[in-house]
Amino acid sequence: MTGTILITIACLVALGLLFAVVLYFVAQKFKVEEDPRIATVESILPGANCGGCGQAGCHAFAENVVKAPSMEGFFCPVGGNPVMAKVAEALGRAVEESAPKVAVVRCNGTLASRPRTNVYDGYASCKVMASLYSGDTGCKFGCLGKGDCEAACKFDAIHVDPEKGVAVVDENKCTACGACVKACPKSIIELRPKGFKNRRVTVLCVNKDKGALTRKACTAGCIGCGKCAKTCPFGAITVENNVAYIDFTKCKLCRKCVEVCPTHAINEVNFPPKPVIAKPNEENV
Amino acid sequence: MNKLLVSPSPHTHGKESTQSIMRDVLIALAPAMLVSILSSGWSALMLILVGAAACVLTEFLIQKYLLKRPVTVSDLSAVVTGCLLALNLPPNSPWWLIVIGSVVAIGVAKMTFGGLGQNIFNPALVGRVFLLVSFPVLMTTWDDSGSMFGLVDAFSGATPLGAVKEGLKNGMTLSELTADNLTFSQQFFFNMGGSAGEFSAVALILGFIYLLCRRVIKATIPVTILCTVFVVSGIFWLADPERFTNPVFNLFTGGLLLGAIFMATDYVTSPMTTKGQIIFGIGIGLITVFVRYFGSYPEGVSFAILIMNCTVPLLNKYCKPRRFGEVKK
Amino acid sequence: MKKTFRIGGVHPHDNKISAEAAIEIFPAIETAYVSMAQHLGAPATPVVAVGDHVKVGQVIAEPAGFISGFVHSPVSGTVKSIGPRADIAGNLVPHVEITVEGDEWMEDIDRSDTVVKDIPFTPEEIIEKVKKAGVVGLGGASFPTHVKLAPPKDKKAECVILNGTECEPYLTSDDRIMRERPREILIGGAIMMKALGVTRGYVGIEENKPAAIASMTEAAREFPQIEVVVLKKRYPQGGEKQLIDAVIRRQVPSGALPIDTGAVVQNVGTSLAVYEAVQKNKPLIDNVITVTGGCLPVQHNYKVRIGTPMSKILEVAGGVPEKAAKVISGGPMMGRAIANLDAATVKANGAILVLTEAETRRKPESNCIRCAKCASACPMGLEPWLLNKLSRAGGRFDELEKERVFDCIECGCCSFTCPAQIPLVDMIRISKAEVMKIMRSRPKK
Repeated sequence: MTGTILITIACLVALGLLFAVVLYFVAQKFKVEEDPRIATVESILPGANCGGCGQAGCHAFAENVVKAPSMEGFFCPVGGNPVMAKVAEALGRAVEESAPKVAVVRCNGTLASRPRTNVYDGYASCKVMASLYSGDTGCKFGCLGKGDCEAACKFDAIHVDPEKGVAVVDENKCTACGACVKACPKSIIELRPKGFKNRRVTVLCVNKDKGALTRKACTAGCIGCGKCAKTCPFGAITVENNVAYIDFTKCKLCRKCVEVCPTHAINEVNFPPKPVIAKPNEENV
Repeated sequence: MNKLLVSPSPHTHGKESTQSIMRDVLIALAPAMLVSILSSGWSALMLILVGAAACVLTEFLIQKYLLKRPVTVSDLSAVVTGCLLALNLPPNSPWWLIVIGSVVAIGVAKMTFGGLGQNIFNPALVGRVFLLVSFPVLMTTWDDSGSMFGLVDAFSGATPLGAVKEGLKNGMTLSELTADNLTFSQQFFFNMGGSAGEFSAVALILGFIYLLCRRVIKATIPVTILCTVFVVSGIFWLADPERFTNPVFNLFTGGLLLGAIFMATDYVTSPMTTKGQIIFGIGIGLITVFVRYFGSYPEGVSFAILIMNCTVPLLNKYCKPRRFGEVKK
Repeated sequence: MKKTFRIGGVHPHDNKISAEAAIEIFPAIETAYVSMAQHLGAPATPVVAVGDHVKVGQVIAEPAGFISGFVHSPVSGTVKSIGPRADIAGNLVPHVEITVEGDEWMEDIDRSDTVVKDIPFTPEEIIEKVKKAGVVGLGGASFPTHVKLAPPKDKKAECVILNGTECEPYLTSDDRIMRERPREILIGGAIMMKALGVTRGYVGIEENKPAAIASMTEAAREFPQIEVVVLKKRYPQGGEKQLIDAVIRRQVPSGALPIDTGAVVQNVGTSLAVYEAVQKNKPLIDNVITVTGGCLPVQHNYKVRIGTPMSKILEVAGGVPEKAAKVISGGPMMGRAIANLDAATVKANGAILVLTEAETRRKPESNCIRCAKCASACPMGLEPWLLNKLSRAGGRFDELEKERVFDCIECGCCSFTCPAQIPLVDMIRISKAEVMKIMRSRPKK
């Protein structure tokens, strides 16, 4: 009995050794020489393989950034500036800091403000729906609420709010990888800088229809009246194709546009609540 | 008028659903189940009911509490698995045997792969083989003393295939063995020894015809399997009739018909294209004959189907249907 | 044995409940909204201005490109506006709005019922007349007919196949015109054969239309070069590729055009339009529309001027019942669901089908059970289950291309037959769009 066990153990050990040796030589023979810096860079990267940087994944990013002469054109939106600084350090290069961004869904056509005109009964995908027709509301431009962005997000940061019927971004989780931007067939989602103390002012509408049509379809839509553009002291707002757009490089977060917008299509986030006292000097500006 | 529905085409759908297909399979199994109840009495009925209930319950519990997914037991696929498993056991097996088999079939062979449509192996067969390996004695001896209506004399002992194998091992020749064996008509209509579902070839063939009429299955797989078994065993039999059983005996004994008609044609674990199905059927036929003639088990249909199940993804990959425009002008 | 195509196909219930309703002339409308996108290809460019007075049959828009077409005024009256208007899908398309005043036709249009059989025109003249009359394929794709009648120089047409299969359930407009105007249809066929320089013609009709078969066979005695071919009932027999396979036993290779088999397929409705265009100088300004549905009290086949709002047609037909859930332009297999009932008809509208919730509502999708019924049903020999799987796994587009996702004709057989209610066509359709995008972005070799 003991003999059998011993023989078995001996055989297995011998086989193990044999295979180890074979594997070692095979590994030596077929070894792929790779720049060791690629591994270093890859270890710094988050490893989410989201493709938000435009590369095929974290390994591809590392490979290409090591090959490239400078850091230009390479940015990991997930890791952001800290990771890029580390990568640059590892490669002995300099890197410019870029502002952290967040995905913004530019549609506020909630179930309450944008009545449904028909019932979509196909496969729950915005892409299928968009290729079929203009959508289940009077608005041809707004969020379809079927969650292609949700499916594309690897960070669980965007969800279709069942009560609102539009996609909502969780800005704490959003890494601005841009997957949702690509997934949205209506091109509603935009990457915008997170802003000072995460404060942002955005036009939450992309409806290019004339004002009357927009108003009929949605009470929260931009009717292109241009009041905001006239009010903006910094020339940050342009109205084109019946829809206003705030240039985030020019916006100074004064929020005057928010007040004048008749349909409340301009949205402010993360501002402290306003003091209740009236501001007499407002009209003089 | 209400709000209009809008969807991409097509705007209409055929009558078939997963549930209707599974219901058809159950109807097709009914004659075989009836025969097994008639011949073995309440124990067979109990087996079928316990099997179906155990499978449904296992699936329900896993979907509801483990996976927390929508429960889909209403598609009847678990009921089919339970019934098939019951027909694959000796009719007087204890109830706990089929419960264990059901848990293995649904829990291990089906749900771990992702549920209906995702499994590689036929769940009922995995359950059966698990029981066969774990409880060989219970699974290969038959005691028919519980016959309900006295239709047949009490019968106990091994299956015809088991008897033959045992006898050959002990150095007997086939002519000695088959002297007191069953006649053809007995085999065809009422073959006593065997699993609950192996009793009556005619009941199984009735089910087969029903499935064909309802277009639930195509004849390709069963016919290929049966032809292969017949031809291959025929060759061996002609070579040495004293050592190898004759092809007709091979066709109608054991679980071949049950396996070929109900287990090998399982949608999920069989190839999609006719070409693949033919290769699949030939493989099952060959392995069955080889296990019966040369293996240590008397019966090889289950093993044959399980082995060929592994080849299905490959067969699906390489056997493509004929594309439009790819024919001779 | 009756002929049919050789791969796949399904047998939906044909529901031809409006087959016995003779064609009625739809009453005059007050305003016509004529879409500039009446055909496949670029929308036409309007050539009238607001305030212009137009007559029936007057050109109001000219083609904007090779694959495009003329559009004529279906009514007489004053152009009220020119601008975007929502089509059945709710998308804005340029329209010309005309307020109807009287019914004054262009003088050169022969409005008599006399059937003119002699064809005193050269092929070039025929093609020019067809083009000028704005004739498009009425089978559904609305491909400009004159383009099809002038195949590329390196391809040679051998025969014309008139498509009278009407394989879609419910539709009966082709059935009706084949019963009521068989001679005109066959003359139209003869005109197209002359234009293409071929001597062989076929009319494919499915066996479920015995009256149409009888009247066409009777009329075909005058035309020894045209043969009426009775086909088995099987969907999608009316698909161009399937019909060619069924009638002349040739299959269009993947990526090739139907003309590569030598066959030119035209719908019987198109044939009638060609006859009217060439022999009667009548441009395509009206068409026969089946208004049907199990929930409608009366079934109709109307001859409707293009530009009539769908809501108007339904109103005249007896109103939309309370239990109606979906209105479809076309048949239940390939028709388009209408999101905007105020949209106006276009040339290729063949039917308005009203279905109830029970008839059309999709059931929840469940797991694929790999029954391969979709693969057996696919008339193109594809594997829809595989295309579906590849589309969902984040989209494996290179494999989709290899699995010939582009061969899909979107006939709906796979979705129709799937017991697990998987929306296979929806998935394949979006994959096609994605793969197309990738192929376009690829550098040309």
